[in-house]
Amino acid sequence: MEIFAGLAIGFHAALTPFNLLYCLIGVFIGTLIGVLPGLGPAATVAMLMPASFVLPPVSALIMLAGIYYGAQYGGSTTSILVNLPGEASSIVTTLDGYQMSLQGRAGVALATAAIGSFFAGTVCTVIIALFAPPLAKVALRFGAPEYFSLMVLGLVASVVLARGSLLKAVAMIVLGLLFGIIGTDVNSGVQRYTFGFKELMDGIGFVTVAMGMFGIGEIILNLEREGVGDRVVSKITSLMPTREDWKRMVAPILRGTALGCFLGILPGGGALLASFAAYSVEKKISKHGAEFGTGAIEGVAAPESANNAGAQASFIPMLTLGIPTSPVMALMIGAMIIQGVQPGPSVMTDQPALFWGVIVSMWIGNLFLLVLNLPMIGLWVRLCLVPYHLLYPAILVFCAIGVFSLSNSEFDVHLMALFGVLGYIFGKLECEPAPMLLAMILGPMMEEHLRRAMLLSRGDPTIFLHRPISFAILIVAAIALVTALLPAIRAKREEAFKKE
Amino acid sequence: MADIKATAASKDFWSGAIFLIVGLAFAGIGQRYPMGTTMRMGPGYFPTVLGGLLAVLGSILIVRALLRPGPSVGNLAYSKLVLVTLSNVLFALLLRRLGLAGALILLVLVSAYASKRFRWPVALTLAVGLAVGSSIIFVWLLGLPIPIRGTWLGG
Repeated sequence: MEIFAGLAIGFHAALTPFNLLYCLIGVFIGTLIGVLPGLGPAATVAMLMPASFVLPPVSALIMLAGIYYGAQYGGSTTSILVNLPGEASSIVTTLDGYQMSLQGRAGVALATAAIGSFFAGTVCTVIIALFAPPLAKVALRFGAPEYFSLMVLGLVASVVLARGSLLKAVAMIVLGLLFGIIGTDVNSGVQRYTFGFKELMDGIGFVTVAMGMFGIGEIILNLEREGVGDRVVSKITSLMPTREDWKRMVAPILRGTALGCFLGILPGGGALLASFAAYSVEKKISKHGAEFGTGAIEGVAAPESANNAGAQASFIPMLTLGIPTSPVMALMIGAMIIQGVQPGPSVMTDQPALFWGVIVSMWIGNLFLLVLNLPMIGLWVRLCLVPYHLLYPAILVFCAIGVFSLSNSEFDVHLMALFGVLGYIFGKLECEPAPMLLAMILGPMMEEHLRRAMLLSRGDPTIFLHRPISFAILIVAAIALVTALLPAIRAKREEAFKKE
Repeated sequence: MADIKATAASKDFWSGAIFLIVGLAFAGIGQRYPMGTTMRMGPGYFPTVLGGLLAVLGSILIVRALLRPGPSVGNLAYSKLVLVTLSNVLFALLLRRLGLAGALILLVLVSAYASKRFRWPVALTLAVGLAVGSSIIFVWLLGLPIPIRGTWLGG
């Protein structure tokens, strides 16, 4: 069996002491930073990315993946303990998780989240191993038109899933595509929008933009709201779920995992949608539906399994197609490019150790999370309580040093400051930065594929409709866009995002 | 036509205006690059189309804000925005002159001043602590090529 051979290569690559260590470091640091208030996974991955450049590609990606799901787990921890979601996909966890903590059952809630996440992670690793190879094989036959359509689908999905106005999300995508164009045009060698700055010849670095918008912009937004209510942490007593708890969490974990795996594979689906969907499904199905919102264990188990499954499944399009489905995946793709690995379907055949190593390391990382984090909850609690006025200058220090070290250039620090201002302004205007960052990374690829497709068809844009795969992808994109615009679904969507 | 004042204060209006201006700027500057044909797109083609599209989207937002202003932007936290941005800019400008330690102390002090809970003793301790810690971790342990003491300090 090809899959077993693949998994064997993966275990071989991931189980070296060196890579195990980096997986552990990634998971640990990811949780550490994810627990700190005001830092989501995207900012965490961006901040720590420069540190990964000194590592060989496999270790770097293993560490970054570890940081990602570590940060995600950290986000759930703060949701449960202090009612502060570290990121969008753990928002629903606050509803019942924080209630559980108020009842003195914080330990059980955290354990439930960890167990659910681990189970979801295990299932997802198997799913990735099963589905990634055939998908990559199909993708190997993709030409420029298919890739272009696929990217359109990814961008449409990110619009549908963005909070707030659809129109603004579309505009942010177009803006991101335009920012992505800045730099040297690969076809003609023309310098576009560089205004004579030689630092812009290679384009705007996505790490710089991510740190500016998610790191610095967020800090300014947080400072504006400073002092609105202090955090109170409840005591943690027992971690062990009771027999009754176990019985009640099994079904939600299974359903959450299934939903998360499915939604995560869709471009733009990912963890956020998965957690919302799992919570509302569980609320309808569960026998204890009436208890939801008052500390029902199902309300923690389902969304936590779902967001972990979704986060992990979103690696499938990233690893097989080279298409990012979320800002974090976009950062991972950027890291691969910097490491000299061309993302796309050929990664699996050209770099089997990298491909399978990352997949297997996700499972190992989830195991680390379960084994290491539960005993360390005391430490995480104390970190949750670090006052923000001491924390944010430290974040700025890491951002400044990190961005400078990308290419030892002061210019990048200035650029980051500029994007910090933009991040703040867009935050005030309710324009989501995530679709923009996604589009910025896809911009150059999209233009390249569009040009090739047009050359292929001698300037006939209907080529995207004549090729069956490309046509099918565009139909899916159109359906996604239309459903988001339908009044009934639109109201639901707004309601879902209002829950924060 | 709705209340002009409400329109001018609305989030939709300002985001629309930004998109319109940036779109026009990209499309305008894009005219300097060879346009090519649809079959052989030049470097100016893609940005011109996208810039135009962004300008159209911005205009729709502005029109929508005129008809139905929606929520207003509210007050901007100018002082915090300026202080945090300034702290980064100062860091970049003075990094080689003051060295990492000095530039970091400045970065921390200026940015910490943006907080309501700013107190000199706390901020100074934090600044020195972060400067010393970063110098040890980033320069000595990770070997980043940044001088700890800059040219102005005889480094």
